[in-house]
Amino acid sequence: MTEFDADALIDATLPLLGLTLPEGSRPVVKLHLETAERLARLVLEFPLDDESEPAPVFAP
Amino acid sequence: MKSSLHALSAHELRAAVVDGETSAREIVEAALARIGALNPRLGAFTDVTAERALAKADEIDARRARGETLGPLAGAPFAVKNLFDVAGLPTRAGSKINRERAPARRDATLIARLEAADAILVGALNMGEYAYDFTGENAHDGPSRNPHDLDHMTGGSSGGSGAAVAGGLVPIALGSDTNGSIRVPSSLCGVFGLKPTYGRLSRARSFPFVASLDHLGPFARSVRDLAASYDAMQGADADDPAQAQRPTGPVASTLEDGLGGLRIARLGGYFARGGDPSAFEAVDRVARALKADRTVAFPEAERARASAYLITMVEGAALHADRLRERALDYDPDVRDRLIAGAMLPGAWVVKAQKLRRWVRDRVGEIFRDVDVVLAPATPTRAPRIGQRTFTLDGQEMLVRPNLGLFTQPISFIGLPVCAVPLWTEGERLPIGVQVIAAPWREDLVLRVARALEREGVASAPIGAAV
Repeated sequence: MTEFDADALIDATLPLLGLTLPEGSRPVVKLHLETAERLARLVLEFPLDDESEPAPVFAP
Repeated sequence: MKSSLHALSAHELRAAVVDGETSAREIVEAALARIGALNPRLGAFTDVTAERALAKADEIDARRARGETLGPLAGAPFAVKNLFDVAGLPTRAGSKINRERAPARRDATLIARLEAADAILVGALNMGEYAYDFTGENAHDGPSRNPHDLDHMTGGSSGGSGAAVAGGLVPIALGSDTNGSIRVPSSLCGVFGLKPTYGRLSRARSFPFVASLDHLGPFARSVRDLAASYDAMQGADADDPAQAQRPTGPVASTLEDGLGGLRIARLGGYFARGGDPSAFEAVDRVARALKADRTVAFPEAERARASAYLITMVEGAALHADRLRERALDYDPDVRDRLIAGAMLPGAWVVKAQKLRRWVRDRVGEIFRDVDVVLAPATPTRAPRIGQRTFTLDGQEMLVRPNLGLFTQPISFIGLPVCAVPLWTEGERLPIGVQVIAAPWREDLVLRVARALEREGVASAPIGAAV
């Protein structure tokens, strides 16, 4: 992954989501995104087969 | 007797009603008086259902007068986190926004089941907004306060549930646990809390948070009450599509079986670092009492926690997408800004996290071929002060709000049943909990071990001295 730019993600997704950031929220949202990205690295780097199934419960 | 009714367990209250030493009405009147006197300081209740409770009490007393057999929880007052539907109340789920909802038309399934066992609902309890919280603080209703020291947190998000039980306002309360919201307040308030296996108890008519991870369960000051309420709540319910299609597993009949033959180990690695020494000393004491000298590893615990964290952010954000667009300023800013961030995360992250969930479940299943029960800390510290934003764990400064659940989150990620048991240290006013964990569907084992610890005096849940 390239270096994570939380501001770029915020600016790109806000219009798509139809959200506006309340005053003072940007630094806090950035902090949460940076935490999520750090945790996502742990998840994404773990090798799993293409055939591995996710776990949600669904009973047809 | 009336002055001490609040100190009795549910099973003692039932015996007193059945024997005619007191009446259900007398019990409810005493509970309502205690709630009225103490709740302004504790912030446990947001709604008191006095009229309904007195009507239910009179019905129970009339049935006793006719010689009918009373239910297993007869006369026991209970209260529920305010994300449970209570007929006639808007289900606020700790929020400002939801209190504009129409009043619920029906009770949540678990309330109906407890009342079918003749327990008596006395009200709804404070909680962290929309359950995205480990502190028990609430921006709209004020914090719930720890009955052992009112300047300290209850833990959350089921903070009112912890405060109500530890404060002796009710013997039994219900809460929800997505990442630790039953076990964290149980640890910080010093009560017993059961998070059953994912899919065991119906979630019908409770306000959701993260469908993949949401559980409901009870709190109590005695393991016997915890087991009796859990047994009363089991059973299939077509209204919860995530409920597992399994037979019920009653626990009352094996509760006193003791430790004979059980293989018990403590979790090492991730669960043996990153907390205050008090958290690990508590596990040491439980392990010594249980003669658990083995240590086993929970595979990829840190990635499990990371996965639960991401699933929570994304599913939580999806649930709140419309409200975030329309009512952003009506949220607690601490909750809102986490939800907004969750809305921005790539879908592939959460799919990978769900795949890892199955992988971890399978590997942890292998542990339970060799052991029956494993032990881990419930929280990394005793209760922080209300308003405290950060704490230092292993020399690293961290935010309190997301990190009180460090040790609970990997366990609920794969839905294992857990009983949080409270421990006390001489000279310390505040308790700390230990998680007693078993393989899926083995609630009987975690409650058996919790009961053995209670009987030996290792774990106990006294009413808070600060009330």
